[in-house]
Amino acid sequence: MFDLTGKYALVTGASGGIGGATARALHAQGATVTLSGTRAERLEGLAHELGERVHVVACDLSDRDAVDALVPKAEELMGRLDILVNNAGITRDNLFMRMKDDEWDKVLEVNLTASFRLTRAAVKGMMKRRYGRIVGITSVVGVTGNAGQGNYAATKAGLIGMSKSLAQEVASRGITVNTIAPGFIETAMTDALNEKQREAILASVPAGRLGSGADIASAVVYLASDEASYMTGQTLHVNGGMAMI
Amino acid sequence: MSEIAERVKKIVVEHLGVDADKVTENASFIDDLGADSLDTVELVMAFEEEFGVEIPDDAAETILTVGDAVSFLEKNTA
Repeated sequence: MFDLTGKYALVTGASGGIGGATARALHAQGATVTLSGTRAERLEGLAHELGERVHVVACDLSDRDAVDALVPKAEELMGRLDILVNNAGITRDNLFMRMKDDEWDKVLEVNLTASFRLTRAAVKGMMKRRYGRIVGITSVVGVTGNAGQGNYAATKAGLIGMSKSLAQEVASRGITVNTIAPGFIETAMTDALNEKQREAILASVPAGRLGSGADIASAVVYLASDEASYMTGQTLHVNGGMAMI
Repeated sequence: MSEIAERVKKIVVEHLGVDADKVTENASFIDDLGADSLDTVELVMAFEEEFGVEIPDDAAETILTVGDAVSFLEKNTA
């Protein structure tokens, strides 16, 4: 089950917690993986750890030219692209009334617009081959909202709507488009929380722990697999029970 | 029929699974040949591949009939 031998994947944000775990998991299932992210050293470190079947393309997703070059580059390196994981995301939290245009724009650009542009580029080759798996990493807050994260939550909700729309367009071509909505996961993003915030969060998670990158990566592996061919336009909530949607 | 028209016709027949005699110059992909909007995108991609040209989005949107495709390709291929 969930064998990805002979499949070619691109993971954005692979220098982060969830992206790194996702790249590892896809690779462990047999896929060839292109790692993309902003921190070249970390990407190279991960590539070194994985050994074969791995490529690195550093990319700043706030740079549209770089974004547009990423999928063609990955296709050139691997020969084709079967699995796209739009994982990269940033936060610029602020109270809604204090939120700067720049904080809004930057988060929209990286989290949503880059995902749109990468997906648009990737789906072309997938249409020709009648096969593709597109997985967006959204967030529980895209569905529930979160005080202080109006921009971030908007992008995450946007990713869900975008994926559902594309899923309808390309389902007949063997391409599935799904999202995964993590709850609170141990990453640099949640490391920024203070002890009190952590406690408050844990009190709201029935599983009694924060999630790990591997918890999310397992869900990506499933959605990327041949076994998930009838699963499209969906959002998998992986959140230890903190929101049951 | 020109050589380009023959190649276009072949792609349309293969892609849409229609009878060759229905693929006339004035046949509209959507209205006459049963294509949906996604099929038209795929046809343009197939033309690009067959003829080694890039068909920009604004040009692609004007290619509605078999004849539109042939005349675009006659003008834009060497």
